[in-house]
Amino acid sequence: MKHTHQLRIGPVGFRIGSDWAAPIAQLKTLYRDYPSPHGDIADFNVRLFATRPWRRLVRPSVMIGGDYILPEAAPLPLAQGLLAAEMAMNLQMALGQRRYLLIHASVVERDGRALIMTGESGAGKSTLAAMLAARGWRLMGDEFALVDPTTGLIHAFPRLVSLKNKAIHVVSAAMPKGRFGPLLAATPKGDIQHLVPDARAIAAMDQPAMPALLLFPNFGFAPAIRDVGAGEVFVRLTQASTNYVAMGERGFTALTRLVREIPAKAIDYPDTGAAMTAVEQLWTGL
Amino acid sequence: MDRVVKTDGWLLARALCDPASVATLDANGWTSLLTIARAEQLIGSLAHRLEGLPMPESAARILADARGSAAQGRVLALWEAEMARRALASLGCPVVLLKGTAFIAAGLAAGVGRSIGDLDILVPTDRLDAVERALIAANWEWVKPDPYDDAYYRRWMHELPPLIHRDRDRMIDVHHTILPLTARITPDAAALIADSVALENGLRILSHPDMLIHAAAHLFADGDLAGGMRNLWDVHRLVEEFGTEGVFDRAAHHGLSVAMHRAVRLAAALYADPDGVQLRLSRLDRLYLHRLTARDGWGRAVRPLLRQAFYMRSHLLRMPPLMLARHLWTKWRGGHHAI
Repeated sequence: MKHTHQLRIGPVGFRIGSDWAAPIAQLKTLYRDYPSPHGDIADFNVRLFATRPWRRLVRPSVMIGGDYILPEAAPLPLAQGLLAAEMAMNLQMALGQRRYLLIHASVVERDGRALIMTGESGAGKSTLAAMLAARGWRLMGDEFALVDPTTGLIHAFPRLVSLKNKAIHVVSAAMPKGRFGPLLAATPKGDIQHLVPDARAIAAMDQPAMPALLLFPNFGFAPAIRDVGAGEVFVRLTQASTNYVAMGERGFTALTRLVREIPAKAIDYPDTGAAMTAVEQLWTGL
Repeated sequence: MDRVVKTDGWLLARALCDPASVATLDANGWTSLLTIARAEQLIGSLAHRLEGLPMPESAARILADARGSAAQGRVLALWEAEMARRALASLGCPVVLLKGTAFIAAGLAAGVGRSIGDLDILVPTDRLDAVERALIAANWEWVKPDPYDDAYYRRWMHELPPLIHRDRDRMIDVHHTILPLTARITPDAAALIADSVALENGLRILSHPDMLIHAAAHLFADGDLAGGMRNLWDVHRLVEEFGTEGVFDRAAHHGLSVAMHRAVRLAAALYADPDGVQLRLSRLDRLYLHRLTARDGWGRAVRPLLRQAFYMRSHLLRMPPLMLARHLWTKWRGGHHAI
């Protein structure tokens, strides 16, 4: 393809090709401190291409392609090319990853132990991970927890943190020195701005961590903490996993081990301050 | 053999044919090879073929993942066959597994690492209605609610409209012969079933000659060559395992001599003798090979005009021109009128 870039996020290498220069230039800037894929052989390919040859120039619109595709994926305007690239990388993981059990979750680490936060879109996974990183936790990822079925360890996948709508202001106010990507207004998912994980998160991305606590955050309610029973944890994690079925028995083993071995709590929170308090309280009580 | 391997399907063909040849690949070559193999749904087969050879660690890891994925695919495919067996057991009619599921159920070399999508079975024409009822009773459902498509399948196709299982989300294609009824060639479907071979669990597979003939028929007398590299890999592995004795006589009986000869010739050209020293390839053969290998190092389909030409050819093989015109007109209008 005309414009290309290769990068590695945690253990996963990507090769990205594009019909246009702009999305690749943005990726190169935002991912400038990330290494190349191991041995320069990427695990997955991502392609950003024009729906029709003339649409490279006239009202350019970006189709998402790669090793794995969803037939119903809609094109994005070129101004949102960075989002297209991020979505396409996530899609390769969601559909193609077979080495690790993927859980749609954000992960932060302290003292070699990982806190996993999972929940539906809008629950505050990315925001809480970014806010905890601002308070000294190591960011391991805001999209997927990579569970190694052999060791039970969580591998980091610190891609750009995708902040949406109101979370953009909350996080940029808390991280005045943070590096942010361009504001992508009015995307199919609302306003989006990407935060580059800090130097520590990138430097330590090859260090996995033992899972220690599983949280189901829930934004917009009065502060509350409750236990979550093993049955509910199991069902919610199978729903939050993109490759649980495809992983077969290895996926089942990895997932049930997580359910059995670490405590799980649901926290309701009205604002990020309350969530931080709840997290610190639960973590010290482990 | 200093033949320059281009970055297209030939790169994959060469690696499958001569695994040691990957020793010369650089990082870019490996990336292209893995990408093309994935796009042609041959990465599992490649992964088994290259197992144990020296290679970069990252390539070894990707191929190990592919072997794991194929192993899980095998479990699912065999389970799906078992589900169909249970659903149809009370009918007492022969149920013949076709394509990938047959290869793995019978433990054939062609099944090693093979990706498998739908479950394909062959049943006697006169039991088709009973089979359909039994599958629907066991929670398979129609995929295509369009009345024109449905009627078209039932009147002219060699299979029922595809059914999908409500819970397992897997498709089953129920064949009663191996070519559409509109094609000029009419294979002997009764003979396919009569000469099929029983497996331990009571399901059946085609005889070895018929297995090869089916692969050839699918590729050259019906399809537009999509997935052709995988199809010819099947042919190559089957020929390696069983030879071609009796195959051409049997193909003649089915009216599929031309397709069978071409399949064996092109499989050899891709996977046994890429320099074509022993083969007398015609111009048309070379055109086929050019189409079959039309894939670039990014996994993209290339050579669009050639692809389009073979696509149109596949339709002309499938039905007479006047009928084709009417079919395309109806599809284009999106209408639901008489066939």
